[in-house]
Amino acid sequence: MTENIDLTLLDWSRAQFALTAIYHWLFVPLTLGLSFLVAIMETIYVRTGSEEWKRITRFWMTLFGINFAIGVATGIILEFEFGTNWSNYSWFVGDIFGAPLAIEGIVAFFLESTFIAVMFFGWNKVSKKFHLTSTWLVAIGSNLSALWILVANGWMQNPVGMTFNPETARNEMVSFWEVLFNQVAVDKFLHTISSGYLIGSIFVLSISAWFLVKKREFYFAKRSILVAAVFGILASLMNAYTGDSSARTVAKVQPVKFAAMEALSEGKYNAGLVAFGVLKDSENKVGEKPLKDFHFKIELPGMLSILTAGDKDAFVPGISDLTKGNQSLNIMSFEEKKTRGMVARKALTDYKNAGKSGNIQLRDSLKGIFNDKSFRDNYFKYFGYASIAKAEDLIPDISGTFYSFHLMVILGFYFIFLFALTLYLLFKGTITQNRWFLMICLFSFPLPFIASELGWIVAELGRQPWIIQDMMPVSTAVSNISSGSVIATFLIFAGLFTTLLIAEVSIMVKQIKTGPKH
Amino acid sequence: MIFRFFNLYIDGFRNLPSWGKKLWIIILIKLFIMFAILRIFFFPDILKERFDNDRQRSEFVLDQLINSPNNHD
Repeated sequence: MTENIDLTLLDWSRAQFALTAIYHWLFVPLTLGLSFLVAIMETIYVRTGSEEWKRITRFWMTLFGINFAIGVATGIILEFEFGTNWSNYSWFVGDIFGAPLAIEGIVAFFLESTFIAVMFFGWNKVSKKFHLTSTWLVAIGSNLSALWILVANGWMQNPVGMTFNPETARNEMVSFWEVLFNQVAVDKFLHTISSGYLIGSIFVLSISAWFLVKKREFYFAKRSILVAAVFGILASLMNAYTGDSSARTVAKVQPVKFAAMEALSEGKYNAGLVAFGVLKDSENKVGEKPLKDFHFKIELPGMLSILTAGDKDAFVPGISDLTKGNQSLNIMSFEEKKTRGMVARKALTDYKNAGKSGNIQLRDSLKGIFNDKSFRDNYFKYFGYASIAKAEDLIPDISGTFYSFHLMVILGFYFIFLFALTLYLLFKGTITQNRWFLMICLFSFPLPFIASELGWIVAELGRQPWIIQDMMPVSTAVSNISSGSVIATFLIFAGLFTTLLIAEVSIMVKQIKTGPKH
Repeated sequence: MIFRFFNLYIDGFRNLPSWGKKLWIIILIKLFIMFAILRIFFFPDILKERFDNDRQRSEFVLDQLINSPNNHD
């Protein structure tokens, strides 16, 4: 039974998921970062006994609470969408997704839900140390919740630690540790939480700068800036380091995405790293699809080869090599991968037909093939290619991926510079006199949110057409439902999330204007 | 211990500031929209709705995998 999925449905289903994920990701990283900043501030309060630090802690805790409350459960909508819009995918991933999400649910419930009550209601009712412990547990719990979601996402980018069961049409986890310590998941977790710490730090920095611009709460604002700048510079350095590590991993496991991030159409030895450039259509095509070239670019010669392979003479494959293949460098063409995918598909078809005709012996022997490592690594690994028609369909949106990636990197370096300058002016004792600098801090408020969203755009746009790398394209994953209902829910979500965001911002602005309580 | 913890919640909710009450109203409306409207009317579990048991669901997904249409043709 083959059902035709129209492109409108696929595009709207993707747009809906993107919309909900982008909105959800406005709330989550602020929770990740601000929870640790509040925990650090409360630790200083408990160690010093200073009532000023208690005031500082309670103010930021209030803003944390508003963000947490508005954002809570917005991620559940993504799970609704899996079951409705992406039902084939949900079934196919089996317990790989179920196990991490179940752990996330338990951790989130016990750690966050329990201790967040102590955090907000427990002032003067539990001991200082117990209260502080609760605040730290909320911070650790929210970060652990993120871990399990990112492990699930990491598996989609680099499926490992599982075997496919043709009887149930589901993947089954064979190694929890392989799934957990998947290099993509490790990189993604560290890079993502450090982006959350950056967001939390710039949130505190920019709001504190506003107080200084308004000539209010000098002690409170300067102390808050000190904590945010120290935490922020560590987070931004961690973010740069983990970003580099993530890119190396992407180069290994998702080379087409990596080539799109650099708009590298043709592979090169001694490949240069593009710091920035403006793209244009190239005369070089894959099928009917033109690749990209540069109107102009600022390039660091040899750096891309050094960063990916540690050797400036190393070859970095371009999109052309990765689709057309390069025999001398052992890079498989699309056609070869498709042939292997078709072998895996035929084995699955034969398995199904053997079951239908009652040939149990043949069915069981074919089932055994799917447990065979050689078959998995050489054929089933390319299963998704059987559903791809043309080589050009493997190419993601190069411009979107390239510009998102480069803007994110530029912003990442800007944050390091911003925190370094903040610390310099703070220790020089002139931060309050530099109104221009305070205005820069204030207007930097949206930038880390933009950078973090761009990171997700790189990750998700760059891996198209795959929902599970090399195994399942989005066109196979999507449910055959009415595109009208997807458009309707898209509009409902757009309205609901925008209302929630306005509510959050208005309650927060009111609390900020009120300032810390005496 | 459990009684004290329970009291912590009751006292906390009783003494919520006005912004806290507003937040709880928003949370409850949001959860109502999500679970009582969106989940029930707009987001059924497609495979559970269309098929009676896991065997049928497996067979359906297997068919989709084997005969996966290509939208770029």
